Amino acid sequence: MSGFGHKGVKICKTLIALVAIAGFQPVWAQSGQTMAAMDHGEMNQQGGSAPADARDPHAYADGNTLESGEYAQSGPRQLRLADEHNFGSLLVDRLEHIKTNDGANSTAYDLQAWFGRDYDRLVIKAEGDYTKGKLQEARSELLWGHAVANYWDAQLGVRHDSGVGPNRSWLAFGIQGLAPYWFEVDATAYLGENGRSALRVATEYELLLTQRLILQPRAEFNFYGKRDVVRNIGSGLSDGALGLRLRYEFSRQIAPYIGVERVEKFGQTADMARDAGERAGETRWVAGLRFWF
Amino acid sequence: MKLLLQRNNPASIFTPRRRFVQGLIGGGVLAAISPWVRAAVTPLGLTPTGSAPVLSGTEIQLTVAETPVNFTGKMRLATTINGSLPAPTLRLREGEMVTIRVTNRLPVATSIHWHGILLPFQMDGVPGISYAGIAPGETFTYRFRLQQSGTYWYHSHSGHQEQTGMYGAIIVEPRDGETIRADRDYVVQLSDWTDENPERVFAKLKVQSDYYNYSKPTVGDFFRDVSNGGTAAALDKRKMWNEMRMNPTDLADLSAATYTYLMNGTTPAGNWTGIFRPGERIRLRFINSAANSFYDVRIPGLTMTVVQSDGVNVEPVTVDEFRFGPGETYDVLVEPKDEAHTIFAQSMDRSGYARGTLAVHAGLEASVPALDKIEWLTMADMMGSMAGMNHGAMPGMPGMDHASMNHDMSGMDHGAMPMAHDMDKMAHGAMSMDHSQHTMKDNPLAKPSTKVRHANTEYGPSTDMRVDMPRTSLDDPGIGLRNNGRKVLTLADLSTIGGPLDPRGPERELELHLTGNMERYTWSFDGLEFGSSTPVHFKHGERVRVILQNDTMMTHPMHMHGLWSELETVEGEFQARRHTIPVQPAQRISFLVNADALGRWAWHCHLMFHMHAGMFREVVVS
Repeated sequence: MSGFGHKGVKICKTLIALVAIAGFQPVWAQSGQTMAAMDHGEMNQQGGSAPADARDPHAYADGNTLESGEYAQSGPRQLRLADEHNFGSLLVDRLEHIKTNDGANSTAYDLQAWFGRDYDRLVIKAEGDYTKGKLQEARSELLWGHAVANYWDAQLGVRHDSGVGPNRSWLAFGIQGLAPYWFEVDATAYLGENGRSALRVATEYELLLTQRLILQPRAEFNFYGKRDVVRNIGSGLSDGALGLRLRYEFSRQIAPYIGVERVEKFGQTADMARDAGERAGETRWVAGLRFWF
Repeated sequence: MKLLLQRNNPASIFTPRRRFVQGLIGGGVLAAISPWVRAAVTPLGLTPTGSAPVLSGTEIQLTVAETPVNFTGKMRLATTINGSLPAPTLRLREGEMVTIRVTNRLPVATSIHWHGILLPFQMDGVPGISYAGIAPGETFTYRFRLQQSGTYWYHSHSGHQEQTGMYGAIIVEPRDGETIRADRDYVVQLSDWTDENPERVFAKLKVQSDYYNYSKPTVGDFFRDVSNGGTAAALDKRKMWNEMRMNPTDLADLSAATYTYLMNGTTPAGNWTGIFRPGERIRLRFINSAANSFYDVRIPGLTMTVVQSDGVNVEPVTVDEFRFGPGETYDVLVEPKDEAHTIFAQSMDRSGYARGTLAVHAGLEASVPALDKIEWLTMADMMGSMAGMNHGAMPGMPGMDHASMNHDMSGMDHGAMPMAHDMDKMAHGAMSMDHSQHTMKDNPLAKPSTKVRHANTEYGPSTDMRVDMPRTSLDDPGIGLRNNGRKVLTLADLSTIGGPLDPRGPERELELHLTGNMERYTWSFDGLEFGSSTPVHFKHGERVRVILQNDTMMTHPMHMHGLWSELETVEGEFQARRHTIPVQPAQRISFLVNADALGRWAWHCHLMFHMHAGMFREVVVS
C-alpha cells in the first residue's frame, strides 16, 4: 500500500461522501423532515439514533433469560426461530446476449448470491462478459455483509478481476441497499496492489408497468485512482453504462427480458480504446433472462 | 378441474386480471390422480374435510400423522389430527378434568397448544417453553381441568404444522348450562392452504418480501390518479411511501397467489354448507385458524349478533361484518330469512375469499359478492393520530387527497361515528398534558400513559419505522373497512359481560412496541427478534398493564398464552377480555393482565410467518 497516491485518497473521500449520502443519517433525516414539512413539527420515523432516555428492551426481564431463571426448560435452548436460522439465495440479475450495431456478439452475466442471517451474511457478486467463447473481463467478489441501517448493509471483502490482461486483486468495502424512492444502490471502494484504487457505483430501479411487466433502468460507473495500462484502464472516471431492460415475470423467479444499453468509456480509458482502434462508446441490444432461487 | 375466478376489476389494461384459485369442488377426486400417487395414499383415500367429527368426554386420543389432501388439483400431504382437516372438534365441559393423549406418527416432533385455555404451563404445548414437545412415535398425555367455557381451538406449535392442517375447534360447554340460546350450532373454522412447502414460502419472503403481492402500485395506477385528481395529487399520494420505501398495498404477506382460503377445510368451490330449517336461530362459532390471513366476514342479507369473543360472552352487538385475525374467535347469532345465504370471508388484501352457505338443504347457493376494491393504507395507518388530527383540524383544506380525508367526508353514511373518532383523536392529542396532570394527582396508573417511549433497539436495521403519535381509539374497523356502507365491528363495540376479572387497577405499566422491517422481512418486539430477546417478567399475583404500540404498517393479532388480556380504553376503562388482540398499524392499545398463572408462557403475533420471524416473547410469571 506504499504507493497510495492522492487520487486514492480522493476516491476514498468520494466514497465516504457517497456512503454518507446514500446510506446513513442524512437519508432518513431527510425523509423525516419531508414528512414534517408536510404535516407537523419534529418527527423522525426512520433510522436515526436512540435518545439517551430511550427504553431498555430488557428492563422487564428482572434477570430472567431464555435459558435461565425460574421455570426455564433445562438444557440448551430448544426454541430457535428464523432469526437464528440461515437462509440463502442466488440472483442472476442479468444473463444476456449482447449485440452491437456493428454486429459484434457477446454474452454477459451479473449475479449475486448470499447466505446467512438477517443482519450478517456472506455475499458473492460476480459480473463478466464473454466474446467468442473467451472471457474478456470479469469481476468476482466475496464479501461479508453486515446490516448497518434499516435499508443498508455494509460490505467488506475481496475482489478479483480476471479476463484479458493480468489478474488484479483488491480489498473491497462498500454499501448496498435501498435509497429513498426505491433505488437499489451498490457502491463499493477498492484498494489494490501497487497503490491502485477503484470505485464502482451501480443503481437500479424498477418501474411496474403492470404487476408482471417491469421496466428496469440501470446505471453503472467505474472510477480508478491509477492508470493500469495493461488492462487498458486510465485514471479517473473510466467507464459507465446506462441500460433499460423490459422484463416479464412469468413468476417472481423467472423473467426473460429485452433491452438496450449505452456503454461509454471516458477520459484516458477512452483515449486508450481509440488508440487501439476501438470505439469509446457503443449502443448494445440485449436479450436475456433474470432468475433467482 | 381448476376453477378460476376473475376479480371484478373495473381498472385496466395496465394490470393483468388477477386470478384466484377457488379450488376443487369436492374431495372425491382420486380417479384423476396418477397411479403412483394413488399407491402412496392410505386405503381410506383423501383426508376427510368439511365439518369435523366431534369428540367428547374426558378421555380423548389424538393421533398426528401426514395424510393426503387435494385442494387445487395437486395432491399434497397435510399434517392432520385423527386424519381429518380440520381436526376433530373437542366438545368438553367446564369444570371437568380432561385427559388428552397425543400420539405423534410424524417423522418430526410435534406439539398441540390449546389456544385460549387456562391450564398449568406444562400443559400449554409450546416446545422449548412448556415442555420438550412430542418426539416421533411418542405419546404425550395432557391433563387439565377446564376453568372456563366458550369457543376455543387447538393447533400445533411446531414448525409450520399449523399451516399444513393441524387445527381444530374446542367447545367448552358452560357448567351451568348454555346462556346463549340457539336452535343450531355450527363451528365455522377459517384457514388458509398453500400447495407450496411453507418453509420455502418463508425463505422466499426473506429474499423478496413482496413476492406474493400482485397489487403493487403500477404506472397505470399513477396515470389513473393523475387523470382523476391531477399530477400534484398523484405525486403527493406516493411521495411518503416512496421516500420511506414502503408499500401502500402491503396488506398481507401471503395472498391468493399461493393461498386457497378454506372454510371448515372446504374450498370456495366446494362450498361448505350448514343446513337449517326456516325460522331457526343459528349460532356460528367463527374461528380464525389461518396461518397468515385476516378475514373480513359477512353474510350478505343478514345481520350478525356478536355474542362471544375469544370464548368470553360479550354484550350482544349487531353488525354486518367483522374482521378477525389468526387466533381470534367470534360467536354470532343469525336468523336466516332466505333459503340460502352466503358466508363470505374475504382476505384482508382482497386477493381471495373463503366461502360457505347456510341453506335449507344441501346444494343450494346464494350469490357470492365480488371482492371489495383494494384500499391503499392511509396516512393514519402510517403515522397514527398525526394524520387524523391534521385533517380533522382542517376539514375544508383543498388539495388534500389522502385517503383519511374520505374518512371524514363519507362519514355522512354512518352517522356521527367517524367524526367522533376524529374528534376523539384531536382531544387526546391536544389535551394529553391535562390528562397527565390530572392523573398524577390521583393515581398515575389510572389511565395508560400516552407518552411514546421507543426502545433503544428500535433505531437499527430491524425496524423500518417508528410511530411518534400513535392512534389510541379502538373504534376504527381498519383499512379496507372504513365507511364501506356496512356496520363493521370494532374493538370499541366489545363489552365483556361481567366486567374485568379483578377490580384492582394495575400496579405497574409495561410498554412494548411491535416492530419489523418489511424489506428484510424481520419481525420483532422492540426491534429484537426472539433469539436476542429476554423474557418479560410478571410477579405472581400482580395486576399489570401492558401497552402494545404497533410501529409497523400491518395489523398484528397478539396472543399471550396462559393469561387473559383485558383490553381497556385510552381512558383506562375496561373493554373486553381477550386471548388474542389485533393491534392496527400505528395504534397503541393497552390491556391488564392478572399474573395468576405461574410458569413460562409464549407471547407472539399469531400471523405464523411473523411469529417464525421472531415477533415472539417469553413471559415468566414467578
